[in-house]
Amino acid sequence: MLRRPATSTQITHLQRLWLYILCGIVLLYLIVPTLLVIPMSFSGSRFLSFPPETWSLRWYKAYFSSAEWRAATWVSLQAAVCTTIVATITGTLAAYGLHCSRLRITKLLSVLLVLPMIIPVILIAVGVFMLFAPMQLNSSLTGIVLSHSVLAIPLVLITVTAGLRNFDLNQEQVARSLGASRPKAFLTVTLPQIKNSVLSAALLSFVVSLDEVVVALLIAGGDVATIPRRMFLALRDEIDPTIASISTILILLSILLLGLSQFLDRKRSK
Amino acid sequence: MTSGPLRSDGVGSAAALPITVSNIRKNYGNYRALDDVSLDIHSGEFLTLLGPSGSGKTTLLMVLSGFVRPDSGSVRFADREVVLLPPHKRDIGMVFQNYALFPHMTVAGNLAYPLKLRRVDRAKIAERVEKALDLVQLGGLGARRVDELSGGQRQRVALARAVIFEPRILLMDEPLSALDKNLREQMQLEVRRLHDRLGMTTVYVTHDQREALTMSDRIAVLDKGRIQQIDPPQALYDNPKTHFVADFIGESFSLPVTICDGGATLFGHPLHLPHKITGSAPHFLVLRPEKLTLLPEHPTDAAAGINEIKGQVRQSVFHGDSVMIYVAVRDGHEIALRVPHRGKVTLPQPGDHVSLGYGVEDTIVVPATMPVEGGMR
Repeated sequence: MLRRPATSTQITHLQRLWLYILCGIVLLYLIVPTLLVIPMSFSGSRFLSFPPETWSLRWYKAYFSSAEWRAATWVSLQAAVCTTIVATITGTLAAYGLHCSRLRITKLLSVLLVLPMIIPVILIAVGVFMLFAPMQLNSSLTGIVLSHSVLAIPLVLITVTAGLRNFDLNQEQVARSLGASRPKAFLTVTLPQIKNSVLSAALLSFVVSLDEVVVALLIAGGDVATIPRRMFLALRDEIDPTIASISTILILLSILLLGLSQFLDRKRSK
Repeated sequence: MTSGPLRSDGVGSAAALPITVSNIRKNYGNYRALDDVSLDIHSGEFLTLLGPSGSGKTTLLMVLSGFVRPDSGSVRFADREVVLLPPHKRDIGMVFQNYALFPHMTVAGNLAYPLKLRRVDRAKIAERVEKALDLVQLGGLGARRVDELSGGQRQRVALARAVIFEPRILLMDEPLSALDKNLREQMQLEVRRLHDRLGMTTVYVTHDQREALTMSDRIAVLDKGRIQQIDPPQALYDNPKTHFVADFIGESFSLPVTICDGGATLFGHPLHLPHKITGSAPHFLVLRPEKLTLLPEHPTDAAAGINEIKGQVRQSVFHGDSVMIYVAVRDGHEIALRVPHRGKVTLPQPGDHVSLGYGVEDTIVVPATMPVEGGMR
């Protein structure tokens, strides 16, 4: 099989070897920086170092015993849950509206809604800061949730729109002719059929909020510091392996959530 | 008169509503989808809206269902004005071309859906679902998933779902067009039987003139957003009022005629007509292949009450049950004659000169375009 083609037209694995190697290198390049942090988190030394000379769980202990880190975790979880709710509902409604609409400006509207994904986050952060200042939303959970929702809505929009593409809008018309009001038809016929894309959109929103650092740096000060913000500051002030242990936890959580979203995606396409 | 769950007594009048459509207009931009359409649909009638795509038939159905709001005009169910009423408050059953069954529910779940919305209690729902499944010959399939059903079965489920809550009006938008020919013909009869049994007013949209002729009490032919003619199938076929209707319904060949003093001449020969023609607009003579007969080679005088046309056979095509003989007549026009296939009849061969005759009552002369309001008699 490797050297000799099984049929006269088959390309052998040997001829394709270069492709396999290239793919392997690309994958390593993508994964290694992420994976490096895991052994670092089990280091026994006082400083971030690779490879660690001694092994211990002290930095995990440090994380769980620090009131500051626990407070940041709590803020981050609250922000992520609220962002998920706001972004999923808003984004799903937007996707549905744009999908049903036959207006000419539909395309323009979709582009506008996806814009936060294209614009550099630092610009959004500065803009949000300026906008929130007179409204006193800086350093508030509401402010974090609103700004994270802006970043998450494009992802929800794209995911749910993809889900709606496989849905036949006639079904909703039938439901309405059978006696369901439009909201009722949406809830009983449309939503159950796009629920997997809505769920994976929700998971994406959660991860976006949990990982977000740039906006948080500008607006999440004081009592409402999120984990990524605190990590960033910790990295600047004291290079302390606690952040490696937190990163490891976050990586595992993200992998879990994204894996779940992929799993739901696959179920949807079945 | 009782109207218990899915009536089987066949008495329709209490179960149906008449529909009055008056002066409906609907424009999409500059495009006139419906141009001043008025129509009375009788209680319990099976009315078909027939027309080519873009004729406005589906738009009219959507106006009846409430999914499209017309620019002006009125729709009444009995005495009730419904033109502003949203679809879910109209209490109409509807069947779509692609069935639109809910794939996340079982067959029984699909049927129960309209009943649940009407808060029918559970025991009654189960009972009525069973009855409805029996009605469409799907008894015992309630637990099936929708994607386990064949096309014909899906169509039956869609039909049962549209009638299970006993709407007094049923609207159907080309419900059979996705089925293959044999199944479609079988379902045409089934849909008609269901209508007769439940007795509701049915409005059926199709572009298939044969389907319309098979199923309907009356057919409304639409073209360019206007109703061209409403008549029972046979009247529509035998007495089309316009060239469009004559051309759209059945097989026909048209020849231009000259109108003079209420009479008509074809290639200079006067025609025997069943009635006088008013106006002087361009008209067509419409000839249907099955209504033409071969005249003997040496006619014993042109018999009174028969019109005659001469030509040369161009081609004959064997169809199994019949033979179509295409005949070139004057000025490059062509007509055709259908001869039943009965064994040992000698048929004219290509190149032969033939005379064809057709009765006065089969002499259909229609205006080329729809007559202006008031000009039609």
